[in-house]
Amino acid sequence: MATAKSTSSKGASKSPSTDLLKLYRDMLLIRRFEEKAGQLYGMGLIGGFCHLYIGQEAVVVGLTAATRPGDSFITSYRDHGHMLAAGMDPKGVMAELTGRVGGYSRGKGGSMHMFSREKGFFGGHGIVAAQVPLGTGLAFGHKYREDGGVCLCFLGDGAVNQGQVYESFNMAALWKLPVIYVIENNRYGMGTSVERASASSTELHRRGDAYGIPGIAVDGMDVLEVEKAGRKWIAHAREGKGPVVLEMKTYRYRGHSMSDPAKYRTKEEVSKVRAEHDPIDTLAKLILEGKAAGEDQLKEIDREVKEICTNASDFAQASPLPEAKELFTDILVGI
Amino acid sequence: MPIQILMPALSPTMTEGKLARWLKAEGDKIKSGDVLAEIETDKATMEMEAADDGILGRILVPGGSEGVKVNTPIGLILAEGEDKSALEAAAAPVAATLPAEPVPVPVPVPAVVSPAPAAPQPQQKAYAGPTKRQTVREALRDAMAEEMRRDPNVFLLGEEVGQYQGAYKVSQGLLDEFGPKRVIDTPITEMGFAGLGVGAAFGGLRPIVEFMTFNFSMQAIDQIVNSASKTLYMSGGQQTCPIVFRGPNGAASRVAAQHSQCYASWYAHCPGMKVVAPWSGMDAKGLLKSAIRDPNPVIFLENEMMYGQSFDVPEDADFTLPIGLARIERAGGDVTITAFSRMVGVALEAAEALAKEGIEAEVINLLSLRPLDSAAIIESVKKTNRLVTVEEGWPFAGIGAEIAALVMDQAFDWLDAPVNRVAGEDVPMPYAANLEKLALPDVPKIVAAAKAVCYRGQK
Repeated sequence: MATAKSTSSKGASKSPSTDLLKLYRDMLLIRRFEEKAGQLYGMGLIGGFCHLYIGQEAVVVGLTAATRPGDSFITSYRDHGHMLAAGMDPKGVMAELTGRVGGYSRGKGGSMHMFSREKGFFGGHGIVAAQVPLGTGLAFGHKYREDGGVCLCFLGDGAVNQGQVYESFNMAALWKLPVIYVIENNRYGMGTSVERASASSTELHRRGDAYGIPGIAVDGMDVLEVEKAGRKWIAHAREGKGPVVLEMKTYRYRGHSMSDPAKYRTKEEVSKVRAEHDPIDTLAKLILEGKAAGEDQLKEIDREVKEICTNASDFAQASPLPEAKELFTDILVGI
Repeated sequence: MPIQILMPALSPTMTEGKLARWLKAEGDKIKSGDVLAEIETDKATMEMEAADDGILGRILVPGGSEGVKVNTPIGLILAEGEDKSALEAAAAPVAATLPAEPVPVPVPVPAVVSPAPAAPQPQQKAYAGPTKRQTVREALRDAMAEEMRRDPNVFLLGEEVGQYQGAYKVSQGLLDEFGPKRVIDTPITEMGFAGLGVGAAFGGLRPIVEFMTFNFSMQAIDQIVNSASKTLYMSGGQQTCPIVFRGPNGAASRVAAQHSQCYASWYAHCPGMKVVAPWSGMDAKGLLKSAIRDPNPVIFLENEMMYGQSFDVPEDADFTLPIGLARIERAGGDVTITAFSRMVGVALEAAEALAKEGIEAEVINLLSLRPLDSAAIIESVKKTNRLVTVEEGWPFAGIGAEIAALVMDQAFDWLDAPVNRVAGEDVPMPYAANLEKLALPDVPKIVAAAKAVCYRGQK
């Protein structure tokens, strides 16, 4: 997880097509977007639950960089980062957080429920692990249509103890479905650490062993490591060799949701990860040391990203509430 | 212009809190994400992070302040290069406000259950084309086969649907015709394959998911209700889910409580899907074809006891029955009897028995429970002024309870007697033959209920 590793052996092995500045920008966009969302939540403009992705940016950005158009994405409710990485419009995402008509679900879904078929993003699901059979079904669809697509199905370390995960693993392995199960292990399922929830082992990448599914642990704080693993194993799934479990060892800096007092871990633990393993700082250092770009260029990216988030926030506050008649729309198709 | 730091709400219900202490001092450089202060709510102490870069220009509310209202400016951040003189004008409270409601709050419209009485609705049209004598089982299979020929995105998924030819032989022959790509044997894994089906439907396919019986759908009910039926709404109309969940429902024979239950009211309770329950072979074929073509999730409730019964079934591959319309199976002017699935046949038998006693019953085959053909029920009740509802399911919060409420709402003045419900007894289904019989609606119970609403007691 250390910066030094990335800059030496691992950094050198990056794919020639890796665009470091794009990775930097995409991670920074998620970071700034989430900070802005946290701010709007604090102002009472976002209601209910709001699960921020801060700290985990390298996972979704690195993996998305390894996909191609036509692949599909599905995750649970810590989902804003996945939407932005899939290319969804920050304005539409933020306006959904504020429950406005300009939001992706026209204000009827909220933080946990947004979709963009155009970008291959299939939600945003609020029930822990329910997205795992759903993602397996998306993969089934790729295989059925023979469209060459792969589904990236994200789940947290908290979800891996749900039975339906193993029902899905079994079917995916049995039918060699093109699906990557990305376990985002941020060490805590809400307030319960992996150690307190997992009977036999905290090596969550081995949870597919019984089904013969390859499982790989990846430093999820190093976006280049993530992208490298993504390229290798997405190709594996695309070639018809069946599902893969990628365990991304990552960390969330914020609480489980906005109203989490975080009594289950020490401040020192959080500060240490932030100081030593922050995925954005790590990449910035690598970019500067490798002279891929200068301070000025990074500052310019910073400025651009900030402007996007400010615009998203402005849009999300200016967009009107849905009209009352929307209460009775979208219940059934054609009704 | 300096940026205001506002007192944050740290939970959905927080209105004020204590600003416990500042972790930055005036003049400190601040990076987005830095912890600025600690806030105490009634539940916990939480950290507040900066959302902007700059210099902490001024602290407006000192550490230790209690009862600080959410959205009060508590500090000011100077942007890079900004002068301290900018601070003076900026301390006035400019709190975020929610926009006003766009239009007045609407009068609630109970849109689904009791639509306003409309012009007489069309009934199911009579079919005049060629028919053949078939069992319900064969009619269901033909419906699936015809739709699978028509649309390559339709496929069948479930336990024992392929090589075994169906646990109840409904899918007999389909594997031979369509191959293992489209007739898929699953492991015993209801939640998994139901969710897989929903995901495939999200992706644009049209799955038919067979539950060996609907009792096992309880293993999958989260995927049916939370994933299949709510996603269109939660996505603002973007994400459709064209899927059919089908299989035998209701009382079977001598299998006890876990394998003998009606799920009609469970699923009909939920907005976002359709629930249909055929009785005859024609119903089975016409409704299943419509269900497969429907762009919404459809719960298709079959009945094991009906599989082997024969009816005249339309041969036309384009024949369908629209979902949402009931059919009057027997006309009569003295009492209306509503029923669905196997109970239609029992109600018709009861009607014959009643006719011998001079009571002409009108038997309505509901066919669809959501949407419910309320117009057909109301129209009939306005004619007969009396209503008996029949169902195998439990009475509490059942289909009969819903219909009783509907009739009270829309035809109260036409009723000459309270609505009488005949339902399964309010007990888990017993195994013993005599007890099982007692637990279910039968001809004598329906006859007695009809006579009661006609005020014709036993002599």
